Amino acid sequence: MAQQLSKILIANRGEIACRVIRTAREMGIKTVAVYSDADTNAQHVLLADEAVHIGGSQSSESYLCADKVIAAAKRTGAQAIHPGYGFLSENESFAEALQDAGLIFIGPPVKAIAAMGSKSAAKNIMAEAGVPLVPGYHGDDQSDDLLAAEAEKIGYPVLLKAAYGGGGKGMRIVEKASEFAEALASARREAKAGFSNDKMLVEKFITRPRHVEIQVFCDQHGNAVYLAERDCSVQRRHQKVVEEAPAPGLSEETRKAMGDAAVRAAQAIDYVGAGTVEFLFDEDESFYFMEMNTRLQVEHPVTEMITGVDLVEWQLRVAAGEELPMQQDEIVLDGHAFEARIYAENADDNFMPSTGTLAYLRHPEVSPYVRWDSGIVEGDEVTTFYDPMIAKLIVWDIDRESALRRLTNALRETRIAGVTTNTDYLHRIVSHEAFQKAELTTRFIEQYGEALHQREKGLPEAINLLTIAASIIRNRQQAANQDPWSRANGWRVNAAAKHRLCLKTAGSESETVLNLEETEAGIYWPEHELSMNFANDGAVLVDGLRFHCEIAEDNGRFTLFSHYGRFDASVYDAVSELIHEEEAGTLTAPMNGTIVAVNVAAGDTVSEGQALVVMEAMKMEYTIRAPFDATVEQVFFNAGELVSDGAELISLATD
Amino acid sequence: MAIITSKVNSRDETFLANKESMQAVMADLQEKAAQIKQGGGKSYQERHESRGKLLARDRIQRLLDAGSPFLELGQFAAWDVYDDYVPAAGVVAGIGRVEGVECMIVANDATVKGGTYYPLTVKKHLRAQEIAERCHLPCIYLVDSGGANLPRQDEVFPDRDHFGRIFFNQANMSAKGIPQIAVVMGLCTAGGAYVPAMADESIIVKEQGTIFLAGPPLVKAATGEEVSAEELGGADVHTRVSGVADHFAVNDEHALDIARRSVSRLNRPAKAQLDVEPVKPPRYPQEEIYGIVGTDLRKPYDVREVIARIVDDSDFDEFKQNYGNTLVTGFARIHGFLVGIVANNGILFSESAQKGAHFIELCAQRKIPLVFLQNITGFMVGKKYEAEGIAKHGAKMVTAVSCAKVPKFTVLIGGSYGAGNYGMCGRAYDPTLMFMWPNARISVMGGEQAAGVMAQVTRDGKERKGESWSAEDEAKFKQPIIDTYEHQGHPYYASARLWDDGIIDPAQTRTVLGLSISAALNAPIEDTRFGVFRM
Repeated sequence: MAQQLSKILIANRGEIACRVIRTAREMGIKTVAVYSDADTNAQHVLLADEAVHIGGSQSSESYLCADKVIAAAKRTGAQAIHPGYGFLSENESFAEALQDAGLIFIGPPVKAIAAMGSKSAAKNIMAEAGVPLVPGYHGDDQSDDLLAAEAEKIGYPVLLKAAYGGGGKGMRIVEKASEFAEALASARREAKAGFSNDKMLVEKFITRPRHVEIQVFCDQHGNAVYLAERDCSVQRRHQKVVEEAPAPGLSEETRKAMGDAAVRAAQAIDYVGAGTVEFLFDEDESFYFMEMNTRLQVEHPVTEMITGVDLVEWQLRVAAGEELPMQQDEIVLDGHAFEARIYAENADDNFMPSTGTLAYLRHPEVSPYVRWDSGIVEGDEVTTFYDPMIAKLIVWDIDRESALRRLTNALRETRIAGVTTNTDYLHRIVSHEAFQKAELTTRFIEQYGEALHQREKGLPEAINLLTIAASIIRNRQQAANQDPWSRANGWRVNAAAKHRLCLKTAGSESETVLNLEETEAGIYWPEHELSMNFANDGAVLVDGLRFHCEIAEDNGRFTLFSHYGRFDASVYDAVSELIHEEEAGTLTAPMNGTIVAVNVAAGDTVSEGQALVVMEAMKMEYTIRAPFDATVEQVFFNAGELVSDGAELISLATD
Repeated sequence: MAIITSKVNSRDETFLANKESMQAVMADLQEKAAQIKQGGGKSYQERHESRGKLLARDRIQRLLDAGSPFLELGQFAAWDVYDDYVPAAGVVAGIGRVEGVECMIVANDATVKGGTYYPLTVKKHLRAQEIAERCHLPCIYLVDSGGANLPRQDEVFPDRDHFGRIFFNQANMSAKGIPQIAVVMGLCTAGGAYVPAMADESIIVKEQGTIFLAGPPLVKAATGEEVSAEELGGADVHTRVSGVADHFAVNDEHALDIARRSVSRLNRPAKAQLDVEPVKPPRYPQEEIYGIVGTDLRKPYDVREVIARIVDDSDFDEFKQNYGNTLVTGFARIHGFLVGIVANNGILFSESAQKGAHFIELCAQRKIPLVFLQNITGFMVGKKYEAEGIAKHGAKMVTAVSCAKVPKFTVLIGGSYGAGNYGMCGRAYDPTLMFMWPNARISVMGGEQAAGVMAQVTRDGKERKGESWSAEDEAKFKQPIIDTYEHQGHPYYASARLWDDGIIDPAQTRTVLGLSISAALNAPIEDTRFGVFRM
């Protein structure tokens, strides 16, 4: 039955495709990438031995097209397909189609995917296998009264969940009976819209829950092991943010109990390959089955870091029919690992995804302690087409405290400009006292939300601004040629050399005018009595302080990175701001996205605040509202059309 | 390589005394310059800004490329000339870079007597245009002026080099392909209306700029029509209806932005090519010039010590080093540009004058710009020298200087007296740009000599009449003459009357010359044809 794999196709993109290719290459297996229009020059395409173009940038035209992926595998002679995570990874018909095409699906059998596909069905199977479940109702009778009665029976608070849902959609926490009906209706609406199925589950809602999941692995010979757990409690809108392994404070007995339960769960559905059994973990160390993910998880590297196992290697071996390389007792845990997900998003603006070109990207040096899993390099673009994750930063050390220190530093050394990222936000999470003390619950972010949005006290703003200004001046001067007029030294007759810059700190309401003088001691800012200079090694000397920093420039936007965190400011152009204000009658797209709805037509009168256009970008909806009372002159797009950042959507006229 | 080896000892007592005296005059210069830069003073500036207008120097700063040097010209114009306080003669002028192009900028300062044109305002405006025409620098006029100063109309209106010449120059520069851009940021009345009207391209700021031949009061007086300034000649009228202005700007910054865009599409030709080498700084600190030169013009020093602190790598390749050595001539580079330097190192003799004429001819032939470092009491006098024809030898040098068509730059580093001024390219000899150090003095002869000559004449007269004249009386007679010469020969007096283009810090001479040479190269270097040299 064992069939040596010599060539595989990876039906994915981004960091996971790169990560799979890396292991395959180490094992001497040739790799085939697939790619969409937007990914023509993506890292996974460049890394693979071969790549096949499979269609348009929208996932629905490329990465989600099972037939195109299969055709690509046929064309290149790949024997097996690794689905990564997301896209087709948990799609049973895809797995089935592979079977029919004589290709190996590097993942569980079709039946296993199907069994776990429906959450309610999965729970029934688990209950039979003796896996503990959260008290709840998973029945087919979906009448409002029955559901309400079940909720009463379980005891409030309860959790309403779409049976076929995921990612937090169609999910509601109901605190008391009086809120049940409304919550049910809205959860159903969302489920219907999201998954075309509004079947709901009702469960006990655990107030201080942790998300602890067990990595299991099964081969085709009936062997199954668990590779310890991961604590993924720190979540935002049910998206994991920081993960760690092992779970802090978990006793050896509980680990074994959970591991055994997870293995039972896997065996109950004749599982093969890598899988994850997610549990709700209560304060008293009781745990309840939530769901099983029949694929490799995003956060799998933390398990790899503490077990020394390459999970992708195991996947490939198991897919080839080999037995598991290790028995349960051979799996030994060593040290502690963290993973932080670096996203292109603005944590201070409701986690609005940020798109654009990564004008600048520096990551901490990779070592046995630090791992950087990414499919993006400097100069690449983060688009609206795919998940805006830039990288996974993974660190390891002998214990949680040391690993956490490494993580904190590594986040500071992660320096990205061009898009807004969540690195400072992650830094605030992992520096938070509660996180340091491992007081984790899935409501961590909700609970400490306020504090997590408070900027750390870094350098005074004046020093940050002056440093950026001095670097702008230095860059101009370095660009000078032979001609004394090009020297950009601000020279004046019978007076100190003058420089004037106007900068606007990101998130600040007003701009700062810096009237600077160039002196022998460097750039002097009389208003603040600050002098600054660059040392030969690039270090900044200001006000008796010497520190290292990097300054990234992207089209007039500057980011100053130092161990104090990042500081963003942009060159403020009063004229274009003014012209912009003058032209405020036009409304533009805040980012790349798709128009979902156009609520008005030319000639309509609208009042201030009225929703004019709704657009969707990166799974989020944005409403463009009228800035003042006006008449609609023209509407430039229809629903369904793609628009790019800054495109004029609608023009208004005032009388 | 001919590196000058400096023999200066910066711990020497004379050096320290010189340095101290020079620092004192520099401090005074900078203090006055700082005051001049305050324009009409705080209250006028505040009122100006409260109307949403930028100050003249701020306008220039925004107009220039970020970090561009600004070679301000005639900074001391009208200093202590009129009873009125008219700093910089109410108009800021200078060369700066806009969109990578060196431009002549002339900005009225409305905080100084409403930006009206005093006689020296006119002179300064015309001088700026003259430099622009000579160097082919696009002109940008930032207009904010009430026009001619009416009480002084006889000194600003009728003559050749009066107000009308501004427009004559605009027309003729435009004809030569030297762009003329006007930005109307305030009043632009009567004759002033011709500045934007004569410009190749003009910009006007809404609710600030107005252009009309006659303002509302005059209109009312003449025809009885009542009209507001904005209706009569505002931005809207002129950009929509009359076409007197081309671009409508919402404020000063916007207007300056439009001016920058205009410059960016001028399609200027490349600068004249000169033999250039990578720039090397001098081997000795430029500040040491203070200690070398000092403020006592009678104390001699070797001018090569000054040259060593101005030229690249202190590398000075002397010409005719052993001949006529009271004049130092030779080749060097300033900011990489090859130049010929003519510097005084004592009184001019026949040999030194001939050497100077020869060297100037050489540079004109080779199209190498000339730099004159002027510190001259005059030509040698006496029977022997007249007999050997010092007048005709001096004339040769004056002929050479007069006719040389290469860019010429004169710096008065010490005394500028008598015919020495002529031979060393004084104002009358059309240096492209001319600057003065704060320790320098300029007059037909030194105060002592003038007083001596006049005392001698007086004494002779008295003696003919048989009168006696006591030494005491003679001293009393001479002192006011000496004082007058000192006053009138002072850089502030000279620069106030625009006998030069500005007083500069000796330690900045290299920078000023570098900028000047580079700006001058915007015009091609012409062929020179010399007049008859008396042999």
